[in-house]
Amino acid sequence: MITKEQVEHVAKLARLELTNEEKELYTKQLSKILDYIDQLNEVNTKGVEPMTQPIPTVNVMREDIVKKQFERSEMLKNAPHEEYGFFRVPKIGE
Amino acid sequence: MTIINKSAKEINKLFINKEISAKEIIDSFYKQIELIEPKIQALTSLTKELAYRQAEELDKRISKGEKLGPIAGVPIVIKDVICVKGFSATCGSKILENFIAPYEATATGKLWDAGAICLAKSNMDEFAMGSSTENSAFKKTKNPWNLNTVPGGSSGGSAASVASMETPISLGTDTGGSVRQPASFCGVVGLKPTYGRVSRFGLIAFASSLDQIGPFARNVYDAALTLQVISGYDPKDTTSLNVEVPDYISRLNVNTVKGKKIGLIKELMGEGIDAEVKKAIEVSVRLFKDLGAEVVEVSLPNIKYSLPVYYIIATAEASSNLARYDGVKYGLRADGAKEVLPMYTKTRQSGFGPEVKRRIMLGTYALSSGYYDAYYKKAQQVRKLVTQDFLNTFEKVDLLLTPTCPTTAFELGAKVDDPLSMYLSDIATIPASLAGLPSVSVPCGFDSKNMPIGLQLTAPSLSEELLLDAAYAFESVCNLSEKLKDKHAVGVV
Repeated sequence: MITKEQVEHVAKLARLELTNEEKELYTKQLSKILDYIDQLNEVNTKGVEPMTQPIPTVNVMREDIVKKQFERSEMLKNAPHEEYGFFRVPKIGE
Repeated sequence: MTIINKSAKEINKLFINKEISAKEIIDSFYKQIELIEPKIQALTSLTKELAYRQAEELDKRISKGEKLGPIAGVPIVIKDVICVKGFSATCGSKILENFIAPYEATATGKLWDAGAICLAKSNMDEFAMGSSTENSAFKKTKNPWNLNTVPGGSSGGSAASVASMETPISLGTDTGGSVRQPASFCGVVGLKPTYGRVSRFGLIAFASSLDQIGPFARNVYDAALTLQVISGYDPKDTTSLNVEVPDYISRLNVNTVKGKKIGLIKELMGEGIDAEVKKAIEVSVRLFKDLGAEVVEVSLPNIKYSLPVYYIIATAEASSNLARYDGVKYGLRADGAKEVLPMYTKTRQSGFGPEVKRRIMLGTYALSSGYYDAYYKKAQQVRKLVTQDFLNTFEKVDLLLTPTCPTTAFELGAKVDDPLSMYLSDIATIPASLAGLPSVSVPCGFDSKNMPIGLQLTAPSLSEELLLDAAYAFESVCNLSEKLKDKHAVGVV
């Protein structure tokens, strides 16, 4: 079960603006999905190590060498708003 | 000479023997695409400029007497979630509609180096989230066997393009079955390699601990050939495995399955599996026995929890991976926001489709304070148990056999309003994804509506050669090839 208030809170965390219809719909659908997921509670997982990925975790090191892989102008080509070689965004805070 | 119905192997031979030029090869396929694409809608963009450039180069090299490899001259279609430098990579999403890939994925780079030719990018469920390709923001791909049914997903465009002879081979990606399930629905071969076998560099991330690039083909040899080219260690992907890649191709032989022990997973032959699918698998079991394999029933007690585990882990990882789409560095930015926070939320509101939002919501919830242990950690623990079940079973058998999907392709629109029933379509493919194991779907029969059925083989980690051996032997005795050929050709009329 998930409430509409929880949906609103999660949407805020996820930086998603939702319409009222979407909130209603997701409350219903996510509740149904979470009910289904709740069957995991019947599994005894006491002492089981959580699995983060399918291969053994190892630190992968490389030489710390500076390499120029991309031109600045190339990386800015996909920018929605570029100015003076920077990503331009609306104002942040007052 | 008709080219479009030829295998990758045959096309390569014709090209190497100078019976046909690379330019003629791609002319034929673009002609087929022009004819069939309006019906199938498998592709998001054509990469003609690149294809003709690559063809010209290949024709020059061959005329100079250069010795070229086994994939040279073979056209391929690439799922639109994999970066081909200088071309769009939409991920089936409005948020990346105008994105041009600034670099090349390792897997595709290897293909071009080996002489494959890039024909087009293919349609997909938005950010690879879906099982029918209906979640694409751009178009609905049709199953070439029946245009009222879905091609499966999320790599539906890659599967449908191979089935309708727009291309002999394609690349898809598989996170919970997104190569194997559409392969099953479209009557083609689809393989998910071991996690780490193929570099993910340049693959736009959905769920990083699950995503793998894999090939589609109309026969096992062509799938093996494609896998051979794209496999191998890549320092640019820290989860790529630094181990040698065996020769998958030259060992393919009808006798290699003899003496192998195959486990039929009991839990995936019961409730929820369509009777006709079950029957086709039972017939396949007999064929494997005729080939000299021993088939035994095995039980993986935790496998039934795979789906709920997947929908926590995949969505949690997705909610984190998709945080990058904020309208700042690339992709869509919503107009009119005067401050940065509303710009983020409005951009994501208008750029993401309903399934992507639903999964971001679910994943964010599972990771949020107070729910992390109950959902995310719990799912990771059960993931471990599912994986342990596989490891235990592989002490007793060489390979595992199941249906690829519980049903054949369903009708367009049938499941769009019921996410959970859509998710259940992946119930047999998700377990191997959780464990990171290699797994392949091979056509094994047809239902009474003449729609293809796929069987799935799963092998221990890094044992793709076992999968391919068994799939090749099965394909040789299954006698579907004529029927598949006819049916694939349906697209031509």
